[in-house]
Amino acid sequence: MGGRDATMVLLDENGIRCDGRKIDETRKIMIKAGVLKNADGSAYIEFGDNKILVGIFGPRDVHPKHMSDTDTGILRVRYHMEPFSVSERKNPAPSRREIEISKVIKEALEPAVILEKFPRTAVDVFIEVFQADGGSRCAALSAASVALADAGIPMRDMVAACASGKVADTIVLDVNNEEDQAGQADMPIGYMPNLKKITLLQLDGILTPEEYKKCVEVGVNGCKIVYELQKKALTDKYFGNGSD
Amino acid sequence: MDNKRKYVIPGDLVTTGPFRPEQNVLLEGNKIISTSIGISEIYDDSVRVIPLTGKYIPKINDLVIAKVLSHTSLSWELDINSCYVGFLPAQDVFGRDFSAHADELTSKLKTGDLVAARIANFDRTRDPLLTISDRDLGKIDSGALVQISPSKVPRLIGKRGTMIQTIEIATNAAITIGQNGWVVVSCESTEGLLKAKKAIQMVDEKAHIANLTDQVKEMLESESES
Repeated sequence: MGGRDATMVLLDENGIRCDGRKIDETRKIMIKAGVLKNADGSAYIEFGDNKILVGIFGPRDVHPKHMSDTDTGILRVRYHMEPFSVSERKNPAPSRREIEISKVIKEALEPAVILEKFPRTAVDVFIEVFQADGGSRCAALSAASVALADAGIPMRDMVAACASGKVADTIVLDVNNEEDQAGQADMPIGYMPNLKKITLLQLDGILTPEEYKKCVEVGVNGCKIVYELQKKALTDKYFGNGSD
Repeated sequence: MDNKRKYVIPGDLVTTGPFRPEQNVLLEGNKIISTSIGISEIYDDSVRVIPLTGKYIPKINDLVIAKVLSHTSLSWELDINSCYVGFLPAQDVFGRDFSAHADELTSKLKTGDLVAARIANFDRTRDPLLTISDRDLGKIDSGALVQISPSKVPRLIGKRGTMIQTIEIATNAAITIGQNGWVVVSCESTEGLLKAKKAIQMVDEKAHIANLTDQVKEMLESESES
């Protein structure tokens, strides 16, 4: 942690970050729902330089059978990075990091989906990262939630996700790759905007209690920005342009 | 009524107050929240959301079009376009005196056959049980199968069956709609069959548009002139 690259200025005196954003600004976000024909539901997200595609299958039969639950449906998530998604070729086999992110995203989606209606079935979420930049788990989670809605899986609320962090002793929204490497803390947050509940909260770095509170607050505001775009992606697909 | 209809996505507030939550809505405190993408409708005492996407979930008494997948010596397994496999016991077809030794199941229904069936029983512990022992049910011998999204079946039927009547009258076709989104169209003339198929696909694509019945009518009329 802390200033590996001495030449890079993470935050200048005018409050402008290394990629030209203000401290409370997200990167450029684009979400599109229903991009795959053969999957039951799908979504594509561009979150800064992240490019992620999510496909959903289900509810469908569970194989292997012993994984099925007679009381409820189960959610299975695979987060996978393409070999070309990072600058040095990544081995396509699931790494420790990918297994962790799959688990974290699954647990962040579980409070939202209502699978009790489909006992003995599974909903499979496949996340493919074509290009990774900082904050890919948040981008993947946001896209997965749109894809689940597109697949018609009943949900209590959408899950929007955005990261916040501490860079050059300042709390900033949506940490990018450089800031993640050189910054002081990174906090991905998943949030259900209508129920006002947090479903994912991780923290890598050290924050004081005050900074922690501020960081959560900033992150939740970022989630609300993402939520508006998720909403737009779904309304665009299902209701033409503009709802109501 | 129309001013109470609203486009909703999961998590959207439909209304607050003393309403009975019906399909695809959830009661959270005194708020009624949508759980799917669709159109919300508020009636005098109840609220529901008509979904625009999603798989078919079997309901007791639903008419479905099913496709025979395989059979054991006692029953058939049928694909009902759902996450569950339909189960049709041999007694239902052969009658009470069915004997596993004497009767050959393939003599009645073979793999790949289409069947109009009704869901006789379904609960969370067992796969849906089908029956074909009723009027208008049984093996389908002729017609074309059109597959639409199950969530658009109510739109294809229309209010009190107006949409389907419009199509049937204009094309002279007999249309059987399964609640699972599979539709069988049979018609004496090829022209009528193709027209009916086109109209059904049009409803599938444009389900969210208001006044769709008029548009379909227009399409059918313009086709017959040319």
